[in-house]
Amino acid sequence: MSTPSEPVMPPRITPPAEEPRVEGAALAVEKLNAWFGSNHVVKDISISFPKHHVTALIGPSGCGKSTFIRCLNRMHEVVPGARVSGSVLLEGDNIYAEGVDPVRIRRRIGMVFQKPNPFPTMSIYDNVAAGLRLNGTNRVSVLDAAVEEGLHLAALWDEVKDKLRAPGTSLSGGQQQRLCIARALAVKPEILLMDEPCSALDPIATGKIEELIYQLRERYTVGIVTHNMQQAARVSSFTGFLLMGELVEFGATGKIFTNPKDSRTEAYITGRFG
Amino acid sequence: MQRHFDEELKQLRDRLLAMGGASEQIVGKAVKALVERNLALAQEVLREDTAINQMEVEIEDLCLNLMARYQPEAKDLRTVAMIFKIVNDLERVGDQAVNIAERTVDLLKEPLLKPLIDIPRMAALAQQMLKDALDAFVNHNTEMARDVCRRDEQVDHLNDQIYKELLVFMTQDPKTIIRAMDLILVGRHLERVADHATNIAEDVYYLVKGTTIKHRLAGN
Repeated sequence: MSTPSEPVMPPRITPPAEEPRVEGAALAVEKLNAWFGSNHVVKDISISFPKHHVTALIGPSGCGKSTFIRCLNRMHEVVPGARVSGSVLLEGDNIYAEGVDPVRIRRRIGMVFQKPNPFPTMSIYDNVAAGLRLNGTNRVSVLDAAVEEGLHLAALWDEVKDKLRAPGTSLSGGQQQRLCIARALAVKPEILLMDEPCSALDPIATGKIEELIYQLRERYTVGIVTHNMQQAARVSSFTGFLLMGELVEFGATGKIFTNPKDSRTEAYITGRFG
Repeated sequence: MQRHFDEELKQLRDRLLAMGGASEQIVGKAVKALVERNLALAQEVLREDTAINQMEVEIEDLCLNLMARYQPEAKDLRTVAMIFKIVNDLERVGDQAVNIAERTVDLLKEPLLKPLIDIPRMAALAQQMLKDALDAFVNHNTEMARDVCRRDEQVDHLNDQIYKELLVFMTQDPKTIIRAMDLILVGRHLERVADHATNIAEDVYYLVKGTTIKHRLAGN
């Protein structure tokens, strides 16, 4: 080699972005606590649900994740002896402020549960229309449009469009769950919460719901509770890990699943825990 | 069933191809700077390698992210795993271009030792191997991948030839040693480019077929 050439110092490269882009929080939880009687099950959790993203909460059974998510649309307090403190800001307004009507909150923050629970006596159509009718909408043209839109959004329309008058319970488990999602979406909520929405479904139906959840984020902010870590990894942009009522770690899903900060998170997601 | 994983996999592939294109280009530019004795072009190469390094880091990150989030299986798994390897080879190709450019900057300080004949020939072969390896990746073409691997020998042969020829210059006139050494190194760097192209082609074969042709395991 000859005389060394002038050293060239190339510009430093920038590390890859760790956080997905966020445009504000749809729901901001501040110091939330929840009790069943004297049993303190949610401890001082503060967390934001970024707009138009899926945020997943994972954790072992009994960690408080279902209770936590039920606090987000004022469903925890319906259990006798249950109590909540702290605030949940929906577009800046505390849903626990005095005088706030829980029913109105539940209209803006929809919920889908673990087991598909279509209203057993109602047809597919009536299941989707139920929320709107409850809100006083009775015009057929409006209901027709809302039912069709809800079923489209829930990726169920093509499968049921020819049997809208059939009972909701005549559908398969996966279809019933999508029917429940359609029902939740028909009232045009801002936020959709899901509590283990796939745990009663087979892998194919689960795959369909997961794809649906991923697509829904374009129109809604989605919060999902799951004990299936892989599901959280697949569908969410942000993940929080709960343990014994506390939020151990919260961050971008890619980061949580490649390089969690807390050793307890690492132990849980790698299966070394519990 | 449509999977949003496919969309992310497509983005990953597109990123890899962009990096492949940049790597092909930078080698071409480095050789052009040497042949045309163009200092400005050689310096451009030194700067442009940063973009390739940047892409390497980003694509590695994407791969890890996809593996952690989707636990891909079968061909999906092989695709992500092989892309993770291919970026490494492409990044090294960029480094070889930088090495050639650095030798060029030195060589330009003195008159030409001899007309360059085998080096441009070797460069053309290595560049074509790289291009074909990436085409094989895009088209899942295992025949083309195998062919890239076979051509590596031609490049090795030219490299030996360059080495022997320049050895004669050095033994006859020590004043040529510095320039001859620089040219020998250029040959060596091009030979490495061809090796990286071969690695990529082997990875493409594995990606498509799920069996390896490395280390003559397939008796090629």
